[in-house]
Amino acid sequence: MKRFLIPLGLFFVLVGFLAWGLKPGYDPREIPSPLVGKPAPLFELPQLMQPEKKFSPADMKGKVWLLNVWASWCVSCRAEHPLLVSFAQQGNLPIVGLSYKEVRGGDNFKVPEIETAQSKAAELALGLQRAETWLRQHGNPYTLSVMDIDGRVGIDYGVYGVPETFLIDKNGVIRFKQSGPVTREVFDEKILPKVKELEKS
Amino acid sequence: MIPELGHFAIILALLVAVVQGVLPLLGAHRNDSAWIGLARPAAQAQWLLLLIAFGCLTYAFIANDFSVQYVAEHSNSQLPTVYRIAAVWGGHEGSLLLWVLLLASWTLAVSLLSRALPEVMVARVIGVLGLVSCGMLLFILLTSSPFERLLDIPQDGRDLNPLLQDPGLVIHPPMLYMGYVGFSVAFAFAIAALLSGSLDATWARWSRPWTLAAWIFLTLGIGLGSWWAYYELGWGGWWFWDPVENASFMPWLFGTALIHSLAVTEKRGAFKNWTVLLAIGAFSLSLLGTFLVRSGVLTSVHAFATDPRRGIFILTFLVLVIGSSLLLFAWRAPKVGLGGRFALMSRETLLLMNNVLLVVACGSVLLGTLYPLIIDALGLGKISVGPPYFQAVFVPLMIPLLFLIAVGPTARWKQASVGDMTVRLRIAFAIALAAGIGLPFILGSWTPLVGLGVLLAIWICVSAIVQIRERFQKSGNPPPAFWGMQLAHLGIAVFVIGVTLVKGYETEKDVRMAPDDTVEVGGYTIRLLGVKDAMGPNYRASVGDLELSKDGKLLRTLHPEKRAYFSSAMPMTEAAIDTGFTRDVYVSLGEPVGVEDGSGAWSVRVHHKPFVDWIWGGCLLMALGGLVAASDRRYRLQSRFSAGIPSALKGATS
Repeated sequence: MKRFLIPLGLFFVLVGFLAWGLKPGYDPREIPSPLVGKPAPLFELPQLMQPEKKFSPADMKGKVWLLNVWASWCVSCRAEHPLLVSFAQQGNLPIVGLSYKEVRGGDNFKVPEIETAQSKAAELALGLQRAETWLRQHGNPYTLSVMDIDGRVGIDYGVYGVPETFLIDKNGVIRFKQSGPVTREVFDEKILPKVKELEKS
Repeated sequence: MIPELGHFAIILALLVAVVQGVLPLLGAHRNDSAWIGLARPAAQAQWLLLLIAFGCLTYAFIANDFSVQYVAEHSNSQLPTVYRIAAVWGGHEGSLLLWVLLLASWTLAVSLLSRALPEVMVARVIGVLGLVSCGMLLFILLTSSPFERLLDIPQDGRDLNPLLQDPGLVIHPPMLYMGYVGFSVAFAFAIAALLSGSLDATWARWSRPWTLAAWIFLTLGIGLGSWWAYYELGWGGWWFWDPVENASFMPWLFGTALIHSLAVTEKRGAFKNWTVLLAIGAFSLSLLGTFLVRSGVLTSVHAFATDPRRGIFILTFLVLVIGSSLLLFAWRAPKVGLGGRFALMSRETLLLMNNVLLVVACGSVLLGTLYPLIIDALGLGKISVGPPYFQAVFVPLMIPLLFLIAVGPTARWKQASVGDMTVRLRIAFAIALAAGIGLPFILGSWTPLVGLGVLLAIWICVSAIVQIRERFQKSGNPPPAFWGMQLAHLGIAVFVIGVTLVKGYETEKDVRMAPDDTVEVGGYTIRLLGVKDAMGPNYRASVGDLELSKDGKLLRTLHPEKRAYFSSAMPMTEAAIDTGFTRDVYVSLGEPVGVEDGSGAWSVRVHHKPFVDWIWGGCLLMALGGLVAASDRRYRLQSRFSAGIPSALKGATS
């Protein structure tokens, strides 16, 4: 009799795993970032609206804030944007925008083989213009924005798909990362509870 | 009004299914002929009601009734009519309705084609099918009704996913579902036999044509899906080991094992428990596939929109159906006798090896498919399992199986002599060996894998010739079952040739082509004449104009397309393929790369794929073999062999 129960036993092991996969909030597409729990990589970049001023994550010490990586050529950013705008209007949390590879990330731009100061300046000017136009059209949810024109900062942050959003605590440690567009559910179920918890500490 | 009628028809069908699932089974248990007699009319009524429901949904699609949420989400007024009909099963809710309609159709077929079977058996089979139907209909009504209305009626629908707007996809899901759902009949026969306690040769003979029929549909369905992926997705692959593909492949592997195991049970009365377990397993894997595709526990390129509530429902259903079947198995199986004895070297042993290899192969596919979930559940991290795993595990399991295909049918039942078989097959093996060593040199270059693939394919073919010759010398014209087997095995050989040669010799190039540029691939020259804009009914397209020539002789023009559907941001690729008996030339358009410099250049991908169509040709032959085998007169003369004749007396007929 016992050996005839083996198939049933195997089946229930399988069901156990499948049931685990159904637990609320489980998403097989979610890829954990090794940066969660680590200090946010430091950088210093010119601000989008005031290029003469620089911004560094160190400036945000003592605040809980969001770093949102975006670009005007990114289709999913457009889907995510209205949510960021409406969230910014509530004014609970500063959002810093990181404009990522604004020019070279899009179509039809070839990075020159030898980059000169001139070519860099031209790329930056074009990027500033595109980013500003886009924010004028779609609304600006950002407390301030910075330009990562060549994507160097993006490398430090392990950006592999735009948009990406990082939640950073008062001590400058990354507490949560969302790859791909932030949705209403992600805001309500993941980001906001974490923010509450972090602001208490 | 019409959608409400459809919804009402599903509710009525559920009520009928309850009657069909409960009373005939109780009737069979208590030997109450009135209740037993309810099985057939209930099955027929349920089919009619579901046909009405399906008709109502189809009508809503044809009439562009966007007040129905499901229609609004999967259709559009500009969608051509044929795709509006195909859109009925283009999403979760409608495809479930197709699922239950096909289940009802199989049940209807059982009710019409079972005159020769004992009434009690028919009542049990139809009753089990009714219970399965109850679960699925409840699922539709509670979580996934396709007839939900919208309060805000949209101006137009969101359109069918452009990937699905293709003739191949019109027939692929119905074929696949016919296969999946068809295994429910073999399952119901197995459960009925367990309930009655008589697992004998008659039961096996009744199950065989139904199992074959389901297997034929599944084979065609998988083949069609693979062919569609090849020409529609634009990167020239034909199998990706995606969880959804695996979900259809696992029941096929089990079903193939079941067909072989049923043969042993029918002819020799052996493997009874094993056969029952395979019958339960094949249908369980079909249900598992339904769960995997619709619950969202795995990442897949073509899963349905998911909802955890649905996942919980199907999982509960799975536990009830599979759990109770396996429990029944554990309770009844110990009392089943072992059947005819056989020696270590016999056809029985070889078929057992076939079964073990197929089941292990299926297990390896299941493990690879669920591995990301298992690892994640055990807290060991996030991983994904791709083609390298499946190729590394699956191919070595197939090699002995392919070798045995040529050997198995030459072995005698009960006891076979290795020496005798070696003598009969040694010339065949010599020919296969010569082909494996020599043929690759003629085709290009010799590599171990190509050599092995050719050897095994030729081995199967030559052994088939030996078997046919011996058969004619022994007993004249063999029955259809014999020819069916040979055709299906030949299909495997053709399939192996296709896979081996396309893997071994395919070439592909990604090039930037301006008008008048040429590219060479596999001895063919392709010249780009230009790319023009064109309009389709619900899309805008860039249509390439290319010339295919060989040795300076123009063969034909090719027109690959890049389509932008109005309803979708994702561009679609329509490859242009010059299909040939020994090779395909495959061209797909990438992106326009000459916009800035005004050259009108495009990135173009060209493939030369030797023998790739043999892959699907092999699938067709296998399905054809199944059809020939199922047509054997034996299955239609069941009434003459009543259950009393000992199975051993009828051995050695094929």
